[in-house]
Amino acid sequence: MPNPQKRVLKIAVAGNPNAGKTTLFNNLTGARQRVGNYSGVTVEVMEGTLQRGDLEMHIIDLPGTYSLTAFSEEELVARDFLLHENPDLVIDVVDASNLERNLYLTTELLEFGVPLIVVLNMSDTAQDRGIFIDVQKLSEELGAQVVPAVGNRNRGTAELLDAIVHWDAHAAELPGPAGKCRAAGPGVTSLVAVETGGHPAEWIDYGEKVEPALAEIAQHVPPRDHRRWLTVKLLEEDAEAMNELPDPNAREAVAAVAARFGEDTGADADTLIPSGRYHFIEQLVGFVSRVVPQRERTRTDRIDRVVLHTIWGVPIFLTLMFFVFTATFALGNPFMGMIESGFDWLGRTISGFWPVGAASPLKSLIVDGIIGGVGGVLIFLPNIVLLFLAIAVLEGTGYMARAAIVMDRFMSKVGLHGKSFIPLLIGFGCTVPAIMATRTLETRRDRLITMMVLPLMSCGARLPIYALMIPAFFPTQWQGPVLWIVYVVGIVLALAMARLLRATVFRGETTPMLMELPPYRLPTPVSLLVQMWTRAWLYLQKAGTVILGAAVILWFLTFYPKPPADMPIDPVHPKMETTTFSEMPDGGAKQSIALQYSVAGRVGRMLEPVLRPLGFDWRINTALLGAIAAKEVFVAQIGIVFAVEEADENSEDLRSQLRALYSPLVGLCIMIFALISTPCIATFAITRQESGSIGWALAQAWGLTALAWLFTFAVHQVGLLMGWGG
Amino acid sequence: MPLDQIHEGGIATVLSIGGGRQLRSRLAALGLLPGTPLEVIQNSGHGPFIVGVRGSRIVIGRGMASRIEVE
Repeated sequence: MPNPQKRVLKIAVAGNPNAGKTTLFNNLTGARQRVGNYSGVTVEVMEGTLQRGDLEMHIIDLPGTYSLTAFSEEELVARDFLLHENPDLVIDVVDASNLERNLYLTTELLEFGVPLIVVLNMSDTAQDRGIFIDVQKLSEELGAQVVPAVGNRNRGTAELLDAIVHWDAHAAELPGPAGKCRAAGPGVTSLVAVETGGHPAEWIDYGEKVEPALAEIAQHVPPRDHRRWLTVKLLEEDAEAMNELPDPNAREAVAAVAARFGEDTGADADTLIPSGRYHFIEQLVGFVSRVVPQRERTRTDRIDRVVLHTIWGVPIFLTLMFFVFTATFALGNPFMGMIESGFDWLGRTISGFWPVGAASPLKSLIVDGIIGGVGGVLIFLPNIVLLFLAIAVLEGTGYMARAAIVMDRFMSKVGLHGKSFIPLLIGFGCTVPAIMATRTLETRRDRLITMMVLPLMSCGARLPIYALMIPAFFPTQWQGPVLWIVYVVGIVLALAMARLLRATVFRGETTPMLMELPPYRLPTPVSLLVQMWTRAWLYLQKAGTVILGAAVILWFLTFYPKPPADMPIDPVHPKMETTTFSEMPDGGAKQSIALQYSVAGRVGRMLEPVLRPLGFDWRINTALLGAIAAKEVFVAQIGIVFAVEEADENSEDLRSQLRALYSPLVGLCIMIFALISTPCIATFAITRQESGSIGWALAQAWGLTALAWLFTFAVHQVGLLMGWGG
Repeated sequence: MPLDQIHEGGIATVLSIGGGRQLRSRLAALGLLPGTPLEVIQNSGHGPFIVGVRGSRIVIGRGMASRIEVE
């Protein structure tokens, strides 16, 4: 170590989904978390820092995984982190009430050859279920420290920290990276010792069929870290493991051994190897634990009987969702008002630093560009935070997995997995976290389809547009149904597009339904709040970077170039004299002239030939350009076009002007176009990040804009034919 | 017989798993292998098909369940 006074330990927390990994991580690090930044890791992982004496611990919460064979993006993240970031120590969180299945990952980690501390989480639940585990014996057998814990009651956290410090102090004395591990063949226990990178380690003996093939493959694997694990994965013909071999000749030789193995033994390596692991685990569990059999059905099974009922499952789910959305908006609106007035106050205060009437570009940039732009997005923070809280509750209790199952029947009809439903649902709040939520999907195909159609789920930022347009054009009794129609158009198009993508770009078999049903649990308030806050913080960071940048660019496009001071202005009334721009009184009319002269106004005019068949003129086009920054900017922008000062979605003045110029049909077309067309900048940025290529983000933006044009064109033309254009 | 033929509450042992290697490894990671005993927790008409395996509950698509041979 370069500096003996202060040492840094990189510690990864790994474990099965639902093993209580994140709760334990929160117990360890509290609120001291941030998004870790690791090269090659496209998905954000949470990292927390902890100081203990002269030890600085960097604790990384890896996504939950059942094995080190990666099936979903999240699992790939966990595995790539272990492979390429070389953590000093791994904390393996094991659900004590589900020991066999959870120890599967443990055996892989041991084989992987990384120092381990095993946390026996939920040891109270295990005892309730009649499972008694001898911690001392388990520790001896695994050759690793074992710490019992109850994560949701914050028990065992201090002991775990002690174990880390103890490991750190005694690491040098331990026999090998994995310590001692008892291996098991059929009926006998045996030890196989092999050299890896200078460290002797012992691991599972897969028996006389498998071991010779492993030995043969090992000849082609250069001495390196994780050599044994890699050898086993290579026999399983793991595609990613193959990429770890730099030499193409070695790859060929390995592929030949793996192919021959199937022919010679008449068995599959991908069955024999997991069987070998489970055989070892069964012996181990039999040796270290005592189970008092309980045949009665658990409470979880009884709840599932109702919640997953063939007929009642769907109505129960829809009712729950209805409550989530109603509560989100009802509770969020007062806070939205507060944030809005806060930004108004801020804008006015900052304006006050300049003399009244002074036209300062800096003032305009700060007040109109930054405060206006970022404020417009932050207004939705209360709704988004509440939606995140609701999602945290649904996830924490275990209901989210059931929702995916209930919806799978419908989602599979359009070729999507039931799990895709959850991101689509979040999309009603905000598309950005919804696209982040697609990470749980197992195939890249499902992920990309879901991402591509997600902006069609009408997000909260589109609501101000509807709130302005609907009362402007439709009588009270029609307002509700029209809003409903707009949402349904989005949902139907999303499903239709998913079906279309599935039949064209993403052909192939449907991912079959296969998932674990976690037992129902009562989540702790702290874990809910931490989860809510970390997600909200990610959203805030997006607002602070991408949206800030976009707001500045859009401000520039809207305010520049300025009309020359001597530009002649046509008189409003024939009796008035022709004036120049600089002579105009400050106010809405002057702003409107300036906007027409700006880049945005000119682009709006240029787009007229393209968008006229939809019933739009340059005013609407200019406002729609603003919607690219953030959908709700449309409202502010159209206010400027119509020279209405301080326009918001409740502006009656603006509504009457809209009514004078456009028909209700055009009003509907505006809403539909705003819903479907290119998503906001933040969505573009997150799609690019999560899909790993700008190509998909561009395809999404252009594809949706084309779809918006076609669909709105159809609506407008059919409407005109039906005589609704008057 | 195929797994989806087993009635609720029935206990069976996996004989073989059809389908591709991807499917087999996913099932293996969840603890479902040839020789594994399992219990059918829920199997009603068109609703979800739930089995108990090694102390956890797993939902399996019907198509997949029909490719798992049990006794």
